[in-house]
Amino acid sequence: MRKTFSSLLEDLVEKDNRVITLLGDIGVFSFRNTMKGFPDRVLNIGILEQSMVGIAAGLSKQGLIPFVHTIAPFLVERAFEQLKIDFGYQRLSGNFVSVGASSDYSALGSTHHCPGDIALLLTIPGFEIFVPGTSAELALAIETSYDNESPTYFRLSEKQNSRDFSNASNAGSIVKEGSKCTVIAFGPVLDVVIEATNDLDVEILYFYKLHPLDKSLIISNCKTRKILLIEPFYSNTMSASVSNLIPEKLRIESIGYPREFIRNYGSLNEHLEFLGFTIERIRMKIEELIQS
Amino acid sequence: MHELDSTLTSLRKRIILTSSIAGEGHIPTSFSILEILYSYYLSQKQAYGLLVQSPNHFILSKGHAAIGLYAVLEYFDLIPSEWLEGFCKFDSPLGGHPDMKKVPFVEASTGSLGHGLPIGVGVSLGKKIQGKSGMTYVLVGDGELNEGSNWESLMVASHHKLSNLTVIVDWNGSTERALSLGNLNDKFKGFDLSVHEIDGHSVFDLCNYFESPSEFHSAGPRVLLAKTTKGKGVKLMESSPNEWHHKIPSAEELDQILQEIE
Repeated sequence: MRKTFSSLLEDLVEKDNRVITLLGDIGVFSFRNTMKGFPDRVLNIGILEQSMVGIAAGLSKQGLIPFVHTIAPFLVERAFEQLKIDFGYQRLSGNFVSVGASSDYSALGSTHHCPGDIALLLTIPGFEIFVPGTSAELALAIETSYDNESPTYFRLSEKQNSRDFSNASNAGSIVKEGSKCTVIAFGPVLDVVIEATNDLDVEILYFYKLHPLDKSLIISNCKTRKILLIEPFYSNTMSASVSNLIPEKLRIESIGYPREFIRNYGSLNEHLEFLGFTIERIRMKIEELIQS
Repeated sequence: MHELDSTLTSLRKRIILTSSIAGEGHIPTSFSILEILYSYYLSQKQAYGLLVQSPNHFILSKGHAAIGLYAVLEYFDLIPSEWLEGFCKFDSPLGGHPDMKKVPFVEASTGSLGHGLPIGVGVSLGKKIQGKSGMTYVLVGDGELNEGSNWESLMVASHHKLSNLTVIVDWNGSTERALSLGNLNDKFKGFDLSVHEIDGHSVFDLCNYFESPSEFHSAGPRVLLAKTTKGKGVKLMESSPNEWHHKIPSAEELDQILQEIE
């Protein structure tokens, strides 16, 4: 996905002279050719995230379209107030592209983890949020939204889904019809959901645009009012976004990152296994929901 | 000069009366930067006639001095007087901190300190890349300089040789109650800025600075260290600036202050 991002940016910088990329000293090598060709348009601005976001706001005021890129916790958590005030409150447009997701840097420890980015950004009115599950979804999200005149967040992930749902509207998709309950998958967690449910009569919805959420798909489905969210970030991050769309009482469960620091290292797959993004746990939760 | 004195007096009166009626406003800090604001807008008006035609930008990073900015914008007919009458009311465009989405010539919605300079660096960088002319002025407080984002941004400004950026420091000593900044002149020089010190209450010197960019031209970003007095013009405030930082005078104090500034 990172490769897709740098080649997408290479094209955009060439095609749209308003586009300017600020790197927080991250991903510099993959941007080396664009930096050489367009030294004014791709800048390694330094390791100063709050200023990088503020500077991007100034560039945006000048009619440019900034892309700001660094590791998720440094972009969203360290520079949060700049995202909130400089872009949210001032209603400026800009694109924020993070790497690392919740714990892609699994062996580097909690300083480099960011399971809270989506929950935090949902508190800023006007932010659009994408968690693409495939490179094609990322490409479509960026191509259709980079000049949307809103602050927009793109979360790059190490993991990718086998099935691609990039479609022209960035809308959600029905992965599978079913009648006993609904599983809603967000971003790159779909493979395990499909595998866990292949013999079950459950509906699967999939979203990689998290905010604003495709209302009509939620409203016209989820008929059993029993919903299991599969969230590759803090669990229950999306509960309110979903339940606010349906007036009736819902039973919502979530499999996501727990609100705890992960003090283990190892691989991302080990993390996901440890945290319960597994066939067994998904089946167990579905069973509980259906019984309830 | 007599006319100028009476203009500044009437602006100080406008600030203190508007704040008193609203029961809101940071008065001493507004008095500290009043001559800076007045001189900037006066010089733009003289150079470009209509302010919208100025290629320059002015960011008030220390947003709590908003009532000072509003009074000056009103003086130059850039916002209607009715707006000041409603200062800080529920539906007012004018709040305790300026909102760029509501108030013309407000370039950033400041209030949280340390945001204006990074934005100003971005504006300057954006102009440079696009070959646009004009200076970006960012007015920061010396207390605000505690925020690290300022020094981060200065590194960027120096590295990219943003000669179209001027940082104005309202050097009124506010920071001394928390952190002493020591030799501010040397600190900025250490960041490769071209430093100029000025009497921040001298409209003559300030206008000269704003009107003669070539005289103060530099290869990189510039800083104007404006020596100022918090609460300038009101003994009560000058002698106890911490107490008055966000205080509204009582009726008795207001009488005393008005007598003094008149």
